[in-house]
Amino acid sequence: MTAVLENPAHLEPGPEETGREQHPQRPVLELVPSSRREDVQATTELTAEQIEELGRRLDAIRDRVLAERGASDAEYIRGVIRKQRALEIGGRALLFAGVLPPAWIAGTAMLSIAKILENMEIGHNVMHGQWDWMRDPKIHSSTWEWDNVSSSAEWKHSHNYMHHTYTNVVGKDRDVGYGILRLSEEQRWTPYYLGNPLYNFLLSLFFEYGVALHDLEVEKVVAGQKPLSRVWEQVKSIGRKTGRQILKDYVAFPALAGPFFLPVLAGNVTANLVRNVWSHAVIFCGHFPTGAVQFTEEQLEDESRGEWYVRQLLGSANLDGGRFFHLMTGQLSFQIEHHLFPDLPSNRYAEIAPEVRELCREYGLEYTTGPLWKQYMQVLGTINRLALPNGKR
Amino acid sequence: MFRSAPGTTSRGRGLLAAASALTTPLLPEDFLTLVDPLWSTTSLRGRVVARRRETGRAVSVTIEPGWAWAGHRAGQYLGVDVDGVRFTRSYSLTSPEGAEHLTVTVQEVDGGAVSPTLVRDLPIGTIVELEQAAGEFTLPDPLPEKLLFVTAGSGITPVMGMLRTLDRAGTMPDVVLVHGARMPEDTIFRAELAGLAARHPSLRVVLRHSAVSGRLDPAVIDTVVADRADRTVYACGPDGLLDALEGAWDGVVAERFTPPARATEGTGGTVDLGGGDVVVEPGQSILEAGEAAGKLMPSGCRMGICFGCVLPLREGKVRDLRTGEAHGEPGDLVQTCINSSCGPARIDLP
Ligand SMILES: Cc1cc2nc3c(=O)[nH]c(=O)nc-3n(C[C@H](O)[C@H](O)[C@H](O)COP(=O)(O)OP(=O)(O)OC[C@H]3O[C@@H](n4cnc5c(N)ncnc54)[C@H](O)[C@@H]3O)c2cc1C
Ligand code: FES
Repeated sequence: MTAVLENPAHLEPGPEETGREQHPQRPVLELVPSSRREDVQATTELTAEQIEELGRRLDAIRDRVLAERGASDAEYIRGVIRKQRALEIGGRALLFAGVLPPAWIAGTAMLSIAKILENMEIGHNVMHGQWDWMRDPKIHSSTWEWDNVSSSAEWKHSHNYMHHTYTNVVGKDRDVGYGILRLSEEQRWTPYYLGNPLYNFLLSLFFEYGVALHDLEVEKVVAGQKPLSRVWEQVKSIGRKTGRQILKDYVAFPALAGPFFLPVLAGNVTANLVRNVWSHAVIFCGHFPTGAVQFTEEQLEDESRGEWYVRQLLGSANLDGGRFFHLMTGQLSFQIEHHLFPDLPSNRYAEIAPEVRELCREYGLEYTTGPLWKQYMQVLGTINRLALPNGKR
Repeated sequence: MFRSAPGTTSRGRGLLAAASALTTPLLPEDFLTLVDPLWSTTSLRGRVVARRRETGRAVSVTIEPGWAWAGHRAGQYLGVDVDGVRFTRSYSLTSPEGAEHLTVTVQEVDGGAVSPTLVRDLPIGTIVELEQAAGEFTLPDPLPEKLLFVTAGSGITPVMGMLRTLDRAGTMPDVVLVHGARMPEDTIFRAELAGLAARHPSLRVVLRHSAVSGRLDPAVIDTVVADRADRTVYACGPDGLLDALEGAWDGVVAERFTPPARATEGTGGTVDLGGGDVVVEPGQSILEAGEAAGKLMPSGCRMGICFGCVLPLREGKVRDLRTGEAHGEPGDLVQTCINSSCGPARIDLP
């Protein structure tokens, strides 16, 4: 298995050698110069006090939204769920008439949008517990199962826990490359990575399967750090979920269409591909465009709340767009706000974004944002560049 | 909410299972309920179809129950969303058994979280979450020859359900109802009670107004109901009245709407609830603390009667808010609505 991430803690000098003790005035949170921005360190010359103050001001934003949360937020998510289900029914109905090209195109488009909404604005956010406060058993992180081959239980571990706790910490956050790609110079180059652009293309097509296998942590299994019994349990659970999903989209619905089996099958395949490519693009643009910073494990030690906030801020990147675009990204176009406050209702991110941006300006922190196409070009550039053995090592 | 629907036929179940291959990971009803929220077989819902103001502080709400409704008895629970958050409270059914729709009558409690919303702001068409009816405070079967109902305030509601049931069946035995309210205009069902008494010679209704002639107590009742000792007594009302009746007479069947006073000494602390730490304040129940933390907690009466809130204790002990006593062994099912924590404990969610 060549795709194993190297643990950067062993490659970097230990804390004693960085001279932190001798220079107590230096920023408490030291940043690894990103592979793409050498001057990030210079922009965060914040003192420990400033960082804690920033943390308190962010807490105040959070407290305010919590106090305001109420009926209109509940109506928002219920409305999105109703519309998503109506779109799904409509799309599938149109696909039954899919021998007619306009019906096929419209049906596939509606089903694609429905699947994207279901995964992004609904599933992702419900499973973050953003709507748990409503205590509606139908819209709760402990009961939600999403329209995706990865089961929500596995995903809540790999995403909510591993990724959100260890955001952009190379070697800890498995979203950095999904254990397949080289997305950081901290990952030692091997010839395997010559295929980086190809792996990324395949990952984007089959993203839901990549996500499902994500939590298996194959590299840990190979290294003998993970018991096979646990792996077997996970494989069974992934298999069950995948089986049901495949049965629905590729067997049951096409079969129901009888003579129109093929158009329905093609429509469903396309909708799943569109959903995969779209979510892959949005998610990769959230953490890996130019400006988003990566961290080492040593920086996690004794991390304060303020430092955690700064790490989330600097490790994430937003996307510019209109209301429909934000909805289709599941408000992950506000990735920065989402990473600061992963459990606040998603419809509130747009409202607090200007305040967060203003805070960043005040504290001289980079607030990375840009249009999707531009951010995605940067991600692709990085993936292509890191296919080759450049960088520090 | 934590129960599957009764009464679904096996053929129906087969169809649903087949259909769920098309709707996975959702259920067919998640789509059906887009058309009508009542078409749910897994959660019991109802639609508000009528409201009638009974007094300045009380309203009767008529609800059309959904597919999963198993029928009618006493002690209904209702779940409503207040400002987007779901709350559950119990309300006695006031509609007669066998009626097509169910009715609850709610009296506003000052500063209450739920009753003011139900009384003032529950538009026709609102979808409410229900629980199947449950409770022990029901008409005895067979009926005793002589009955005495003692009620006060909103305590009239379960008794009204019984009287309407008897009226509908045309089997009114020898009944005396002594009912107390603050003022004549605060008396829920005043006109209807008068009508019932006029129709049924075997029913005697005694109304008392505490603002005029003082609170109800056992001695007063003994003076107006000469043969009280021969009657089976059913009572529902404020704790003070029920305590006094139970202290004075034997065999009183009572229903309480409010839990008794809570012990705060030695309660509170952090509990691991379904894999997340929840802080329980002194005097707060584990149910309330869990709900405040957004956990999905089963509940019913919220006062220790229905056992709708029991969850397995895995580690530590809990403290009973009614008695102040610490108790519990790993594996015990504890009622989260009347227990607080006392030191670290772990409780699993369903
Ligand atoms: C089996 C059962 C049947 C019930 N049937 C009815 C009914 O038919 N009609 C009806 O109006 N209520 C009924 N209740 C009471 C009802 O469930 C609620 O407790 C009541 O409506 C107050 O809810 P709340 O959310 O407004 O107040 P909460 O926010 O729960 O409580 C606010 C304050 O009011 C006190 N309080 C709670 N309930 C009462 C009460 N009933 N009277 C006076 N003070 C109270 C609490 O101790 C607290 O201090 C019944 C209760 C039970 C257990
Ligand atoms: S909710 Fe009824 S016993 Fe706890």
